[in-house]
Order: sequence, then structure tokens, then C-alpha cells
Amino acid sequence: MTATTAAPAKQPPEPDPEAKAMGKKGLSARARSERKLGWMLCAPAVFVMLLVTAYPIGYAFWLSLQRYDLRFPDDHKFVGFKNYGAVLGNSLWWQDLTNTLVITFFSVIVELVLGFALAFVMHRVIFGRSIVRSSILVPYGIITVVAAFTWRFAFDPTTGFVNGLLGTDRSWFTEQWSSYFVIIFTEVWKTTPFMSLLLLAGFTLVPQDVVDAARVDGATTPQRLRTIIIPLMKPAILVAVLFRTLDAFRIFDTVYVQTRGAQNTETVSIIGYQTLISRLNLGLGSAVSVLIFGCVLIIAFLFVKGFGTSLAQQRGETP
Amino acid sequence: MSEPTTRDRVFWGAGIVVVIAYALIPVAWIVSLSLKPASEITNGKFFPKNPTFDNFSAIKDDPQFPSALRNSLIIALISTVLAVALATLAAYAIVRLDFPGKTLIMSGALAIAMFPPVAIIGPLFNMWRSLHLFDTWFGLIIPYMTFTLPMAIWTLSAFFREIPWDLDKAARVDGATPFQAFRKVIAPLAAPGMFTSAILVFIFAWNDFLFATALTSTNKARTVPAAITFFTGASQFDFPYGQIAAASVVVTIPIIVMVLIFQRRIVAGLTSGAVKG
Repeated sequence: MTATTAAPAKQPPEPDPEAKAMGKKGLSARARSERKLGWMLCAPAVFVMLLVTAYPIGYAFWLSLQRYDLRFPDDHKFVGFKNYGAVLGNSLWWQDLTNTLVITFFSVIVELVLGFALAFVMHRVIFGRSIVRSSILVPYGIITVVAAFTWRFAFDPTTGFVNGLLGTDRSWFTEQWSSYFVIIFTEVWKTTPFMSLLLLAGFTLVPQDVVDAARVDGATTPQRLRTIIIPLMKPAILVAVLFRTLDAFRIFDTVYVQTRGAQNTETVSIIGYQTLISRLNLGLGSAVSVLIFGCVLIIAFLFVKGFGTSLAQQRGETP
Repeated sequence: MSEPTTRDRVFWGAGIVVVIAYALIPVAWIVSLSLKPASEITNGKFFPKNPTFDNFSAIKDDPQFPSALRNSLIIALISTVLAVALATLAAYAIVRLDFPGKTLIMSGALAIAMFPPVAIIGPLFNMWRSLHLFDTWFGLIIPYMTFTLPMAIWTLSAFFREIPWDLDKAARVDGATPFQAFRKVIAPLAAPGMFTSAILVFIFAWNDFLFATALTSTNKARTVPAAITFFTGASQFDFPYGQIAAASVVVTIPIIVMVLIFQRRIVAGLTSGAVKG
């Protein structure tokens, strides 16, 4: 019995070499019951996940092929891909897609730089580590709607302190670029901590003695960053950027609270929500939904294709 | 490493101050806005001159905020319990048992973590109307549970891989019953992982706005993030800055308390998936 204690936990208890040699058909009763138990234990979670994501996205596709407006329930019929034509032929969709991509791009870039600096502080700080970590978890934990209101009121020329601080009397939410700025600023404030924690995990992948050896050999801090730390952290950086890009692409709360899409800051999630829930047009709204889903697939595909090997390396370390 | 020099201390001390200011200035701002009397709301100063709790008593008597707070708490707690329970079963199976399809489950969960929720609010809206789940607690609990299961399964698997499972065999050899072995040996080892995923699930459910605003319509199930955006002032020209700030403070307190108490666990949870992934 004590001999099995040393076995790695992920291996099945007492693998039967004979059963393995016999292949699939001759599974021992024990292996078969283990399979059954494994499936049974996973079944509830898998069932719920399929029921609430796979089924609705299929249903969304079905709805998107119909003219179906809850305000005119009698005018309900199959129209094929007409809804897609209506969405893709409308300049609003393309404008909203551009807005979403602009917000996503700038948020993720700034977060990556700031998050890297923050992770570096957390990794190297020689005292006060727990106070630093507790502080950065506050933006992570705060409700997005609350963060959006907080910064909206801070930038608001009637209530806010930002204009006083900068010595201007700008109305931030009356122009596109300044609205963009506040939205991206809020997103960056709220989600940089998450990015920095993912990057912190990457820092632990960098062996300290290698970095120390480089320092002894006379490498400056920027040199050490560029030639040792960043290459070794590449997998962690890619995972963090992929997650945050897909997350930023679905931005909804901040825009809804701060501009509700005014000043040409509407994003694809906002247009989807407006069409589905405010205007109750299930057919057209579902076409928007399916297109958003498609965009997410394309972004994920581009990442995996562009950086697939690095991601696989990262995944491969502990299967 | 050698003893830090004074220069190091000053450098890192400054770094710490910057990080704390980054995180806490907005919180201090919303707190001071919530304490401002109506006459000071628009004075553009950071701190209130004559702090008052008027805004807090106003939201206490608000027709929707108290019920929204109750809905938020109950919905987040039930979602947490259900998600952690289902994820524990699945993560145990994935770590401990050999069966085909576990890689598929893990990558499927990863795919769902990247899934855009806005893509399914239309279908859910329609399905929930016909299933009478629209504007109910369970109408929100089901999507919250689903969207947190991937995170919970990944975090729990990372934690469960570290557990020396064979200890329970050893305990049984020493004469413990299987239940005793589980309760005294395995459960205490598994608890930190379950607890960590519970915190992450709770934060997600507490934070959500999209489902909360799309799948509810009244006080019956509307949660705080949705309720805050529906606050109306005494007249349409009287925007309820103070009340929104007060409500924001009330819902932020539990999060800050959790963060202060469980800082280590949250960091472990968020970084475990990334390294162990």
C-alpha cells in the first residue's frame, strides 16, 4: 500500500498492465467501472454547460433565419439569410465593430504594459507584499457597473474632480475621442490587476538564478528583460493577452453606464442588447449575436494560429 | 538575496505607494461622493465638507434597492454553491479517474470561458419566457453557474492535482472507516481549493450586469448592478449622483472585506489556472 503513495496523483490507481495490453475491447471490469464513474461525475457539469451555451447558440442561429419581432408576433416567418444581409449591409454594424476593436486594442495594449509593471512590483517587492496584493484585488473585485459610475462621476464636469486636477473645463462625454478615453481608462483601471496576476504566474516560470547569472555577467535591467525574462514569459503573456482580448471584445457594462453608445461609442454588445432586449427584434438581434460569436471565433482562431505553438507549449507543461 | 539597501527601500516603498493610490483613490472618491450632502455634490471637490449619511438613508427607503441587495446576495450564494458542487465532482473525476473525453471536457470548458454572453441573451430571453424562468432567481442562477463552471473546474483541478490522495488509503490501513478517512484527511486538503473557487464564482455572480438587466424586469429578481442603473432622481432634472454613490459603496464593502481576508487565496486561484493550465 505504501508503495502507491509515491505514484503521481493523476495516474489511475494501480493501472493494470494486462488490461492496457489487451487494448480497448478487453478493458478490465475495474477500468470500465472507472470510466463510468468518471462520466457520471462530469455529466452534471457538462450537461449544464451544453444546455446554457451550445443549445442557445444553435437556437440563436435558428432565430436569426427568421423574421421574428416580439412587437409584431404575427409576422413570423422563415427568411433565410436576409437578417444577415440587413446587419452586414448596415453601416452601423461596421461602425460598432470598429469602435469595439479600437476599445479592445487600446485597452489590451495599455493593460499589458501596466500589468507587466504591476506584476514586476508584486514579484520583486521586498516588503509589504500582502498590502500590494490586497490593494490590486480591489479593482478586480469591484462591480464593473460601480467602477463605470465612479469614473463617470470623476470625469463629469459638474461633479468630478478630474477637471479641477487638470485645470480644464472639458465635457468628456460630448466628444468621441474623449468618451473613448474615459471608457478605455475605466477598463484599464478595472482589469489591469487581472492581467498582472496572470503575468505574475508567468514571472514564477523565470528561474531567478538565470536572471542573477545575467546580472553578474553585466546585463542591464532592460537587457535582462528583453533577452531573458520576456522570452521565457511569452506563453504566459500570450494566454493573458488572449483572455483579455476576448473579454474586452464583449465590453458592455462600462459603455452602457458611461455613454449608452452616444458620441459614436456604441459597441457590438450594445447593439446586440438594444436589438434583442430593448427593441425585442429576436430575428435581427440573433443575427447580431451569431456574428459576434463568429468574431470571437475568428479572434481565438487568429491567436491560436499565430501563436499556437507557444500556447501548446504552455498547455503541454502540465497536461 | 542580500539585505536591501536604503535605495532599494525607497524605490520599492514608492512603488507600493503608487500601487495603493492606483487601487484606492477611486474607492475613496466614491465613498466621499456618497457622504456629500446634496448641496456639495456638484462642487467638484474630492472630499465632503459636511459629511452626512442622507444618501444612505435614501437608498434604504428606495423602492428597489433593498430587494435588489437581497436578490444579489441570494443569487450569488446559490450560484456559488451549485457551481462549486458540480465543478468539484467533475474536477475530482478529471484528476483522479481515467476515462476518455477528459481532455475534451477541459478544452470545452476553456472555450466556454471565452464565450460571449451577449450571443445567447436573446435565446435565453425567449426560452426563459416560455419556461417561466424570466425574472426569477433561477433564471439568473443558471447562466451564472454555467459561466463560472469552466473557471471553477480549472481552478479545482489545479488544486486537486497537488493533493496526496493516497493519504486516505494510509488512513484506512490505520483503521479509519472510508468516511472518516474522507472527512479527516481528504476534506481538509480539498477545502482550500473549493473555497478559492467559491470566492471567484461569487465575485462573478455579484458583478454581472448583462444577464441581470436582460433577464429580469422587476424587483422580484433584479440584482444590484441592474438596479443601480435604473435609479431615478426626484425629478428628471435631478440625477441621483449621491444615491448611486451610496449604493455603490454598499455593494463594494463585501468585496473589499473578502479581498482583505482572502487575499492569498484569490491570488492563488487566479494564478493557478495560468501556470498549471
